[in-house]
Amino acid sequence: MRSDLPLAGNRSSSLVTVLVGVMVFLAVLAAAGGLALNNVLDRWTHDVAGNLTAQIPPVPGLGEDARAATDARVARALEVLDAYPGVAAARALTEDELVTLIEPWIGSGEVLNDLPMPRLIDITMRPDALPGLDPGAMAQVLRTAVPGATLDEHRLWLSRLLDLGEAVGWLGVTVVLVVGLATAVAVVHATLAGLSTHRPVIEVLHMIGAQDDYIARQFAAHALRQGLKGGAGGFMLALPALAGLGLLAGRVKGGLVPTVGLSVLDWIVLTLLPFAAAGLVMLTARLTVLRTLARMP
Amino acid sequence: MMREMGENWGNRPPDSEAVVQFDQVGLRYDLGPEIFRDIGFSLPGGSFHFLTGSSGAGKSSLLGLCYLALRPTRGAVTLFGRDVTRAPRAALPRLRRRMGVVFQDFRLINHLSAMDNVALPLRVAGVSETDIRHHVPELLAWVGLADHLDARPPTLSGGQKQRVAIARAVINRPDLLLADEPTGNVDDRIAMRLLHLFEELNKMGTTVLIATHNEQLVRRFPYPRLHLDQGGLTLHPVGSEPWNGGGTARRSTDRPYP
Ligand SMILES: Nc1ncnc2c1ncn2[C@@H]1O[C@H](COP(=O)(O)OP(=O)(O)OP(=O)(O)O)[C@@H](O)[C@H]1O
Ligand SMILES: [Mg+2]
Repeated sequence: MRSDLPLAGNRSSSLVTVLVGVMVFLAVLAAAGGLALNNVLDRWTHDVAGNLTAQIPPVPGLGEDARAATDARVARALEVLDAYPGVAAARALTEDELVTLIEPWIGSGEVLNDLPMPRLIDITMRPDALPGLDPGAMAQVLRTAVPGATLDEHRLWLSRLLDLGEAVGWLGVTVVLVVGLATAVAVVHATLAGLSTHRPVIEVLHMIGAQDDYIARQFAAHALRQGLKGGAGGFMLALPALAGLGLLAGRVKGGLVPTVGLSVLDWIVLTLLPFAAAGLVMLTARLTVLRTLARMP
Repeated sequence: MMREMGENWGNRPPDSEAVVQFDQVGLRYDLGPEIFRDIGFSLPGGSFHFLTGSSGAGKSSLLGLCYLALRPTRGAVTLFGRDVTRAPRAALPRLRRRMGVVFQDFRLINHLSAMDNVALPLRVAGVSETDIRHHVPELLAWVGLADHLDARPPTLSGGQKQRVAIARAVINRPDLLLADEPTGNVDDRIAMRLLHLFEELNKMGTTVLIATHNEQLVRRFPYPRLHLDQGGLTLHPVGSEPWNGGGTARRSTDRPYP
């Protein structure tokens, strides 16, 4: 769009470009983190129901007696766990489920039937009981009832890690909002500076019959250019940072953490961020001009 | 109001409706002295007037009231039949688009070329770029600036700037042309040419008001003259001697206006 005002060479408008860049950079990282975390959380809640797993060692031996003795241990453990404060459900995994779990490591076949297998109990806690839960004390109670029983808390650990991740995500959102606010202030400042620098030209435009909107459009177009420039810069800088984080997250996987990744839809959301930022910058400039001109005689 | 004077109002029969009308207008800047005391006059549609008065008499101020840069302290200003004394801001652009103004200090935009300066009123009014590229160079050529289309005002002489300012004022064929010393910086030949341009516009219906110090010009063109003196306004019909009056006989034809 052609312009009657030399808005370019303004120093505070390059500040706007830099701030939009910073804002988009942070926003892309925060949004990517949040989206990836969401994906992990989705998959996690899908794969595993409970928060804790109890492991009951089998009674040695292959006969029916040994099996019955193991079943008794499991029953005893379930009894203790059901009574434990805060437990919503405790369920022993069936042998079939156990086989599916172990298959990947041992392979299927008769050998499974002959092995004395530890039994697993899937424990789901009431959400309100989770924060105050002391897994050590719980394990102690379980061991007293069934010697050799252990409590596997890595899932609890992971869910707490995800909570932490979510908190970090919110922190990111807050930082983006703060930088966004700073950007808005800078845009208002740059626009007001431009309005006062070009006041004589604006007066002439008014005398010639220009509506406020004609002048506001020029400022808005300029602000949009600054915003797009900054947004593109911030986005470009965020890409290598994302790649680096992705690499680190990839190394973590292997264990119980599901693979971290972004879907196509996530990428579309990320790509929209610089445009959204530029749009906000444009709108801020426009409103600033219209409000200021409305007060002019 | 002015019809009973039976004078030559330009080359067009006077319209019944006044394009500009002042009623008991008073003006003062802040706490300064009154510049105008109850002045009143009206410019019928299609009329042509000079506006004279010594330096500081208030010619620019009177034009400023007409192009709505100033609001009267007292009284009423009517433009195109509409009382604009207290017109809302939003109503001003429409009124201003019907006027062309040549400012005493030109008020060209320094970073825009002569072309773009002249094109401004058209752009502001949303005229297509094709039309702009057609009309603007034509007019600039007419005022003798065909070789300076791309020149920026700071690189132009005073007279050249003045002609750009005039081209900008007339490019959209305004209903009302207000010119403040439009020939102050040009030689006689160009001054005549510019006056003829104003006459051409006037023939097509534009109401013209020209503030000037140039006695010769006023003498040479047969148009009535509004004269400002000591905060008052008097109308001098065609043929009356400008400045310090010319003999008692003439003076009797000068009467306070209205
Ligand atoms: N912005 C202003 N603030 C205060 N006083 C002003 C302002 N503009 C003009 N004046 C005063 O108003 C009076 C009329 O000024 P104006 O510019 O209208 O005169 P003029 O007839 O156009 O003079 P010139 O022929 O020198 O251009 C002067 O006394 C001037 O000092
Ligand atoms: Mg003046």
